[in-house]
Amino acid sequence: MQNSRREFLRTASLTTLGLALGTKVVFADNLPDGMSLIGLPGKDPGMVILNDRPPNAETPAHMLDDALTPNDRFFVRCNGLPPENANPATWTLTIGGEAVRNEKTYTLQELKTRFPVVSYDLTLECGGNGRSEFNPPAKGNQWSTGAVSCARWTGVRLKDVLNDAGLTSAAVYVGYYGKDTHLSGDPDKVVISRGVPIRKALEEESLIAWEMNGAPLPMLNGYPLRLVFGGFPASCSGKWLDKIVVRDRVHDGPKMTGQSYRVPCKPVPPGRVVPDDEMCIIEEMPVKSLITFPKTGATIAAGKTLPIRGKAWTAAAAITKMEFSIDFGASWQACKLENAANRYAWQLFSARVDFPQSGYYEVWARATDAGGNSQPMLLPGWNPRGYLNNACHRIAVKVADQ
Amino acid sequence: MRPAYDTLRAMLTTINFVAGVLFCCLFWLLAGDAVTEMLRPRPVMEQKAYRPGTGGGGEPEEKVTNGIHDATGLIFAEGFEAVRGNCTACHSAKLITQNRATAAGWTEIIRWMQATQNLHDLGENEEIIVKYLATNYAPEDVGRRAGLDVESIEWYLLELE
Repeated sequence: MQNSRREFLRTASLTTLGLALGTKVVFADNLPDGMSLIGLPGKDPGMVILNDRPPNAETPAHMLDDALTPNDRFFVRCNGLPPENANPATWTLTIGGEAVRNEKTYTLQELKTRFPVVSYDLTLECGGNGRSEFNPPAKGNQWSTGAVSCARWTGVRLKDVLNDAGLTSAAVYVGYYGKDTHLSGDPDKVVISRGVPIRKALEEESLIAWEMNGAPLPMLNGYPLRLVFGGFPASCSGKWLDKIVVRDRVHDGPKMTGQSYRVPCKPVPPGRVVPDDEMCIIEEMPVKSLITFPKTGATIAAGKTLPIRGKAWTAAAAITKMEFSIDFGASWQACKLENAANRYAWQLFSARVDFPQSGYYEVWARATDAGGNSQPMLLPGWNPRGYLNNACHRIAVKVADQ
Repeated sequence: MRPAYDTLRAMLTTINFVAGVLFCCLFWLLAGDAVTEMLRPRPVMEQKAYRPGTGGGGEPEEKVTNGIHDATGLIFAEGFEAVRGNCTACHSAKLITQNRATAAGWTEIIRWMQATQNLHDLGENEEIIVKYLATNYAPEDVGRRAGLDVESIEWYLLELE
């Protein structure tokens, strides 16, 4: 009784708020009590905010059902605070480092006019996506499944700009510097400076991008300029891009070294303390998939066929097989799998699921890529920082009695 | 003359009564929580046994509900002030409340922040902070993979063709 009145009041106040804003407050039901109704700026209020200083938010699986992730649903992972008053009219990008002939600076306008402008659909996934499932637990943002998104990025190829600046044969790695600021407030402290091996930097799909799905980058996703490397941990794709250094050694900026974005070079038992010199840099992200429709918790009528949809991605050439199971892996059935728009774009899958009788079910999904790699049903190898969890996604479904 | 007057009086009584009931309903709808709250016997300990310094007061940012400090979301227990004072200057308390670790694990996280993130020497507060974290945010053993949390699933009806 009291609960239902509270419910009514909650609904009423949300409706009022919706009226005040001139729109319905979508997914207001998902708001935990006391949580800000505004959420992160420019982001859907249905995003799950893991941290607000620095801003970090993931996208629930059922909100990733669009072929390309809308800008207000693209996950947010910040290590520091985004720059204030970023101005594209005065923004510049400098190319420097030991393995560049002459340090060179470009305005945003020069980048747009001097090099071929290209668009690719590229999936970005945080190296720590799925961290919340590791046992013993790993420190850091406790991502569940939603630190992944795929958008159409527009920009110039990194290799065109690097070649224009003049690479030398000493080039080993590229590293980035952004204009975000450190949480401690120290203006001289670099928040994060990671990068990729030179072979990755020179790939066709490696971009310096200013547009996402045809619009300027959202502020929290790097406005006005960022790197985009599909297939590598998203932390390699520097945001608020200010400078790129071409190094004659493996880049050693903050969060390239120590234990950050590294896993044990050799497998270790859960809970092991691994010395820094036995930790190796994560390069390619593993094969993975998500069921994006229906949302977990669906109750359907007896005798109905349930359509499911989802996304699968890999750093390998392509996803080649997509399957689902309703009996906890005892048997697997094939899904319909679409081709990728290009390498490193996620692939859409769908299936129609029939249930033998009423009751509780879980629908599990499993992708296999061109490298023959598939997803484990249990957690993959434990690692101290909780990276690379590509265990199968599953949703709960109930089939009602007749 | 007199019967008509009686009818009018009866009507007025009815209208008054209905208005009164409506008013009561509206009042209950809007302020029922507060009334129920007032009538309910005060629990002896609204918070955990812990209550120095902050936490019990009237300031909204100092309110504690069911042992949780409202403004930060931190468990209100011994060591709370030290954790709030030292940890939430740089990052939000959510970075604490979403993590789980042993005393050794929390100490390692502090060392990492001191080595790379400009965290100061915590002095005698370190022991208090680590004890608070290891006590209130300790790991649970979930095996190789936890099952879906069936209790927390929000079931809904999905209409199909």
